[in-house]
Amino acid sequence: MTVLAQGLRDGRIVAWRNLLNVRRNTEWLMAAVVQPIMFVLLFAYVFGGALGGSDYREFLIAGIFVQTTAFNSAFTVIGLCSDLQKGIIDRFRSLPMSRLAVLLGRTTSDLVVSSMALVIMSLCGLVVGWRIRGSFLDAVFAYLLLLLFGFAMSWVGALVGLSSPSVEVAQSAGLMWLFPVTFISSAFVGAGTMPGPLRAIAEWNPFTAVIQSVRDLFGNDAPPGMAPPAGWPAEHAILYAVLSSLVILAVFMPLSVAKYRRVASK
Amino acid sequence: MPTDTAVRAEALVKTFGSTRALDGIDLEITTGTVLGLLGPNGAGKTTAVRILTTLLRPDSGRAWVAGHDVLAEPNLVRKSIGLSGQYAAVDENLTGFENLYMVGRLYGMNKPDARTRATELINRFRLTDAASRPAKTYSGGMRRRLDLAGALVAEPAVVLLDEPTTGLDPRGRLETWEVIGELVADGATVLLTTQYLEEADQLADTILVIDHGRVIATGTADQLKGEVGGERLEIVVSEQSEVDTTKRVLAEIGTGEVTVDQHGRRVQVVVEAGAKSLVEALRRLDVEGVTVLDVGLHRPTLDDVFLSLTGHATEEDS
Repeated sequence: MTVLAQGLRDGRIVAWRNLLNVRRNTEWLMAAVVQPIMFVLLFAYVFGGALGGSDYREFLIAGIFVQTTAFNSAFTVIGLCSDLQKGIIDRFRSLPMSRLAVLLGRTTSDLVVSSMALVIMSLCGLVVGWRIRGSFLDAVFAYLLLLLFGFAMSWVGALVGLSSPSVEVAQSAGLMWLFPVTFISSAFVGAGTMPGPLRAIAEWNPFTAVIQSVRDLFGNDAPPGMAPPAGWPAEHAILYAVLSSLVILAVFMPLSVAKYRRVASK
Repeated sequence: MPTDTAVRAEALVKTFGSTRALDGIDLEITTGTVLGLLGPNGAGKTTAVRILTTLLRPDSGRAWVAGHDVLAEPNLVRKSIGLSGQYAAVDENLTGFENLYMVGRLYGMNKPDARTRATELINRFRLTDAASRPAKTYSGGMRRRLDLAGALVAEPAVVLLDEPTTGLDPRGRLETWEVIGELVADGATVLLTTQYLEEADQLADTILVIDHGRVIATGTADQLKGEVGGERLEIVVSEQSEVDTTKRVLAEIGTGEVTVDQHGRRVQVVVEAGAKSLVEALRRLDVEGVTVLDVGLHRPTLDDVFLSLTGHATEEDS
């Protein structure tokens, strides 16, 4: 069996185990299902009124999609760290299984959770007035792009999880770094009103590119008075979004696997 | 490596920061026997197990498990071993059956084989009634049994058990001993680490005593006890005032220092002539008018061995 084939086979078994865990752990299930609904409703109605009403709600949804998919990488962080603490990673590492499988299983099971969250958020979005105005194929591509980006973020989470000294640290570390990177983007407001350096970061932030791509593909325009992001990344949003996802994967997959090979139980 | 040697390690050294966890350990396990690695907390037992199971690379030294070099052929080693770590590494949200099924699949079994094997082990480890309940509902002893079963899924040639009874209540400990006993009866080669001298005495064919990352003694339990010297004669007297007389009498009969536990009025000494010394002591004490409440002659325990080898007891954290 080739290395990749074994990695995929073993990864599927680990993913099956992770999904059983999500299904049987109420806290996880709540986090995966309730959190996205909460985000849509909170942002739509708390900020929505002040920032442009129904136009803003339509603009907002793509931002929340990307934010939630990225925040789901916290499942990878906490899941891996907790397996490490309980000695389950030791058992896996003593088995003749692929060195890629535990991480691949984790990131793919979280991809399934993200898909579920996207379905729930889309339904929720339809209720608050968001619509897909582009073509069917564009919409499919938008969802695929969201999942690709979420998958890439999970691999960042894998490295964070394997490097965290305890589950408690993993819990805060897994989410903390996501706040600035999500908020310094065009997720919730146009980048145009940010001060210079912040605006530059926001324009080159892969989050902005993914969000812009998804908005373009869904045909959701910015509300009047909120300038869409400018610059090369914004003009080539889809290309930049796909490229940056691939670069994140190319960097963090080998780093995480190398970390996994050496990692020791706490 | 000769074919009757299942595990062999040569001059293993591993340093963590300024701590030398392993300071040149050699060990060898004959196929089908049990080696007990005995030592206090921090002696290096877990580090040795982690190196032999490919979880950790030694700084220097070499090791072979089931004929495969741990450093050069880790995947072949992993195919031949079963590990049960210090903490029962079971997935709490999975049922007992699912835990074993998953391990079987990850050893490369196909679905029907993994299912059959999981069912076999569930029955053998007396988990049948709990097979479809999540492992978080299990008692400590049941979790341990499930973890041990996980180590045996692939019928490995070598089984490594790191402190298999740590944290268990007496009942759980007895259950676990029983399971390990069955394992050995089936002909598996076992490496077992423990802080409990009693456990090594019960389960191991050969015992390796380690302290501060070095082997300080090796042999069967009987050999180790023999090294500490003869049997111990113990006399318990009824009155505090009789302790001094007893001490004097035993000093004349025994060899070495007489130890006194004032609180229990218990006087002990090492004797060479066994039962003869006992009879002689009782006769002399009778002449002196001492009332003997209890008398005993026992072979040294491994606790005595450890104390005399290291100068500190096993419970003490080094």
